[in-house]
Amino acid sequence: MANIAPTDAGYVPPAEVEDTELHDPQSFITKYIWSQDHKVIAIQYSMTALAVGMVALVLSWLMRLQLGFPETFSFIDEADYYQFITMHGMIMVIYLLTALFLGGFGNYLIPLMVGARDMVFPYLNMLSFWVYLLAVLVLMASFFVPGGPTGAGWTLYPPQAILSGTPGQEYGIVLMLASLVIFIVAFTMGGLNYVTTALQGRTRGMTLMRLPLTVWGIVTASILGLLAFPALFVGGVMMLLDKVLGTSFFMPTIVELGEQLEYGGGSPLLFQHLFWFFGHPEVYIVALPAFGIVSDLLATHARKSIFGYRMMVWAILAIGGLSFVVWAHHMFVSGMNPYFGFFFATTTLIIAVPTAIKVYNWVLTLWQADIHLTLPMLFSIGFIVTFVNGGITGLFLGNVVVDVPLSDTMFVVAHFHMVMGVAPILVIFGAIYHWYPLMTGRMLNEGMGQFHFWVTFLGAYLIYFPMHYLGFIGVPRRYYELGDTTFIPESAETLNAFITVAALVVGFAQLVFLYNMIHSFMKGRKSSQNPWSSASLEWQTPQKPPVHGNWGPSLPIVYRWAYDYSVPGAGRDYVPQNLPPDQVGDTDDPQPIGGGPVPAGQAAGVMEANK
Amino acid sequence: MTIFHQIVDKPWLPLSDQVEQLHSGRSFHLPQKKLALRFFFAVGTVIFSLLTVSYAERMAYEVWRPLPETWLLWSNAAVLLFSSVAFQRATVCARRGETPSVQKALYAGGFFTLLFLAGQLLSWHQLQTGNALDPRNPANEFFILITGLHGLHLLGGLVVWGRTVLKLRRGSNPAVICRSVELCTAYWHFLFIIWLALFGLLFFPGGSLPIICRAF
Amino acid sequence: MVVAVILILIVVGSVVFHFMSPWWWTPIASNWGYIDDTIIITFWITGTVFVAVILFMAYCVLKFQHKEGRRATYEPENKKLEWWLTGLTAIGVAGMLAPGLFVWNQYVSVPEDADVVEVLGQQWQWSYRYPGEDGVLGTSDARLIDSDNPFGVNPNDPNGQDDILVEGDDLHLPIDRPVKMLLRSIDVLHDFYVPQFRAKMDLVPGAVTFFWLTPTRTGAFDILCAELCGTGHHIMRGTVIVDNAAEYDEWMSEQETFAELAARAKAEEKQQAGLGTPTGDGFEKKVSLVVNEDTAKPIQ
Repeated sequence: MANIAPTDAGYVPPAEVEDTELHDPQSFITKYIWSQDHKVIAIQYSMTALAVGMVALVLSWLMRLQLGFPETFSFIDEADYYQFITMHGMIMVIYLLTALFLGGFGNYLIPLMVGARDMVFPYLNMLSFWVYLLAVLVLMASFFVPGGPTGAGWTLYPPQAILSGTPGQEYGIVLMLASLVIFIVAFTMGGLNYVTTALQGRTRGMTLMRLPLTVWGIVTASILGLLAFPALFVGGVMMLLDKVLGTSFFMPTIVELGEQLEYGGGSPLLFQHLFWFFGHPEVYIVALPAFGIVSDLLATHARKSIFGYRMMVWAILAIGGLSFVVWAHHMFVSGMNPYFGFFFATTTLIIAVPTAIKVYNWVLTLWQADIHLTLPMLFSIGFIVTFVNGGITGLFLGNVVVDVPLSDTMFVVAHFHMVMGVAPILVIFGAIYHWYPLMTGRMLNEGMGQFHFWVTFLGAYLIYFPMHYLGFIGVPRRYYELGDTTFIPESAETLNAFITVAALVVGFAQLVFLYNMIHSFMKGRKSSQNPWSSASLEWQTPQKPPVHGNWGPSLPIVYRWAYDYSVPGAGRDYVPQNLPPDQVGDTDDPQPIGGGPVPAGQAAGVMEANK
Repeated sequence: MTIFHQIVDKPWLPLSDQVEQLHSGRSFHLPQKKLALRFFFAVGTVIFSLLTVSYAERMAYEVWRPLPETWLLWSNAAVLLFSSVAFQRATVCARRGETPSVQKALYAGGFFTLLFLAGQLLSWHQLQTGNALDPRNPANEFFILITGLHGLHLLGGLVVWGRTVLKLRRGSNPAVICRSVELCTAYWHFLFIIWLALFGLLFFPGGSLPIICRAF
Repeated sequence: MVVAVILILIVVGSVVFHFMSPWWWTPIASNWGYIDDTIIITFWITGTVFVAVILFMAYCVLKFQHKEGRRATYEPENKKLEWWLTGLTAIGVAGMLAPGLFVWNQYVSVPEDADVVEVLGQQWQWSYRYPGEDGVLGTSDARLIDSDNPFGVNPNDPNGQDDILVEGDDLHLPIDRPVKMLLRSIDVLHDFYVPQFRAKMDLVPGAVTFFWLTPTRTGAFDILCAELCGTGHHIMRGTVIVDNAAEYDEWMSEQETFAELAARAKAEEKQQAGLGTPTGDGFEKKVSLVVNEDTAKPIQ
């Protein structure tokens, strides 16, 4: 319980964290282009990620058209189709979700939520974005080279990825691998920043356990990324060498279309191990920030402290740790030593326990709450439905023997889209509706938002829930067309067409959302200082939107955790983290406190001392 | 407080309210850059561990033809050691505030690093031209991959080294220089240790490593 | 109100869809009924959790929606409740894992008396090799593959001479006899997948992988490739025909052995040589090649 009785807190010395070497922008270019301000970089990251995400969205329409109405669209041939699925998958997982959660939300929220002026290494932060942009450009370039982008599937399994039976084997695969390597460099620069800022750059009074779960999720995901991306880096470099220099790291003796190739002795399974040693933590790199953010959205809009905060933190850490020992559950039918199956099935099902705890705590947060059905709340509820649905199908696929008939079928496609596609994206939308007022000072349009939510949520459920049943029939994934089989009923084709129509509708609803963002930026209703009456620190800056340096003359002092909602005895139903204890009983809305009034001379002294 | 203690307290209790206002907002008693560097060491360790595992896996299933040991690689190892020692000396001098000696030691460190990189390039050249070597030997491929990535890390370090030298010549604050030099030194030691491990891996005496690998 | 109703409709709709949907697994044709049973167990446990969680949430939304003057209770945690939920979840997970591992143990333990059949995958077709009368497959190596020796069978291995090679034809399996499928690829990854058998496994170039089954129903079933293998992935089809013993023996007696095939190739070569087109002794050359047994790695 928060400290209600006004106590004499006494004089608390200002923060003694090393002050960041702030780079004061001089011109338009340094302010908005080569900016070192974490908030500008966050917007740059988000815009780039959303732009490239639109490309992936269009690709998904094209592939759904082919699947729903085979032999109708002559402009989509086999090679195109495989290129679409590959680029769609890779863009969505890496260049959209990872970049948006960490580069976008991480950049924007971490310094504000921990009470810092900026990331601890602003220059590195700027570099991280520009290198990320380079990675995106290299990837996009593959659409314009002879042979087009790679069609090896987002898993890029060798030997297929670099042999001539696969589209884009001339330049597409080289650009893809190069782009990934560049992305990893960008991510490492960003990740070091996020982790160090959260661990060493917090303001006075902000203990680890007073951090909002958003920070916990993003920081744990960054640590996972730092340790997992090296595996993709190593695998990517080795495959590049195989492709460009003709080495045989992953290439065994191969007879391709009757011709003996020069390769020999390499192990295709080695790549799979490297890929999934990265790939499984990658799932949690996307999921953990979503877990964190949704916890904050639920608490704020249900006006209740998040239930079981400590358990939530520990669960995030446990999931993060366990995510490194489950990777081979993606390889149960890969031909690896079958006895690995026992180990990896066990670890995989163990990870379900902390994940389930998180789900329980989310719904228990709603118990006896004061639920405001705002857009962020609706998206959070949508997240819980889709995440629970996608999570439990994960128990099918993780349980080794159940995976055997279901792997490589549409069941898998439905599962991972539900759990790491739809669910995190619903959180992203919820988060944008929640923090848009902070970023722009204006509210997003409610009517368009309602339309966007219901079409996206119900539409996505209609796409992916029935898709599981295609997998049960045995419809394999990554099929250009099903052709004639003895076991797939006619009605399955109808279902496929239905899914395509639903996917197109959901896709177009996203255009409404984009329009809403642009429209509201110019014409939206002006937001109040703290429109959601949120207790966490990012809403307590003296200016809205926060300006360069965030906190005015001195850093805020934090007196409590981020979840003091509906505290008995408090004047209002929320107590901002930096509200001095003697003001907790006041009933009028607090003005943004920021760093609090500090005598001018003292403020200058603080800045000096921090240098 | 250890990290473990930091993540068990109950943040909503009034008790923590009074104590924690004094909390400094840091989890470790380290400068920020040092903590970031340690995380980077973790990244590097993962990269080279994965290479090691890949290499050992390959050894276990091939009729393994190890690389010939050459005097060049031994001398390269010595050169890298010299550069590490030079950096160590730079740190010691920087802490004492002897700026001219810092500069000398830094130049020496940079010189030996460049010499090491040149030596590595020469060893690649020897591998390619040495007729006795089978160009399809996977040990060759791994040698180039591993030393190449190690060299790239050193090149990245040289960029930071360059910035430190610039700071020194511009006559920056000795405390700032000292911190930069310390970071470089830690990084060079790290890469030297990595090189020792890789050197041991590539030229384990008498090619007995594959036999050990196969035993598992 | 609306939100809660829609949540309830989602739950009800999902359950109704599950029981009414015409889309369900194909009738099984192998001994892996246990796999289906494990799926059913998993369905009940996870389905219960799904229904319970969403209905609970719908109730909360209905009951605790914002009203003027309403205030949430302040309850940061409830250790007892959390431990109970953790414990129950752990039990549920164990209830799924235990049968899963039990069946997996069977899946990876091939019966001693199982017949052996080799499946060879390449872009984009299936071929099959039977061990012949001696019951032992001859050694093979991808480096020996050429147009006369599409399987890369080692011509010097006596075990390989009577191997039956089936190219461009259906795979035949006898009913009610356990069979170990040895899987080999000569170019990229493939996956041997027959929906009615439930079992599947990747083919990995440079290695020999396996799984086993006992066909329990006669008939013809589709073989599909379930691992992306290039532009022809979706057309890499085959047919497996499960015969009763008599039909199987009859079919088998009509097939050609490796030795017969090699002899015929030789004869054709001679004939061509007689016509004055010297083709050299390509086949003999291959025969003298040293077979490097290390190229076929054991599965790791």
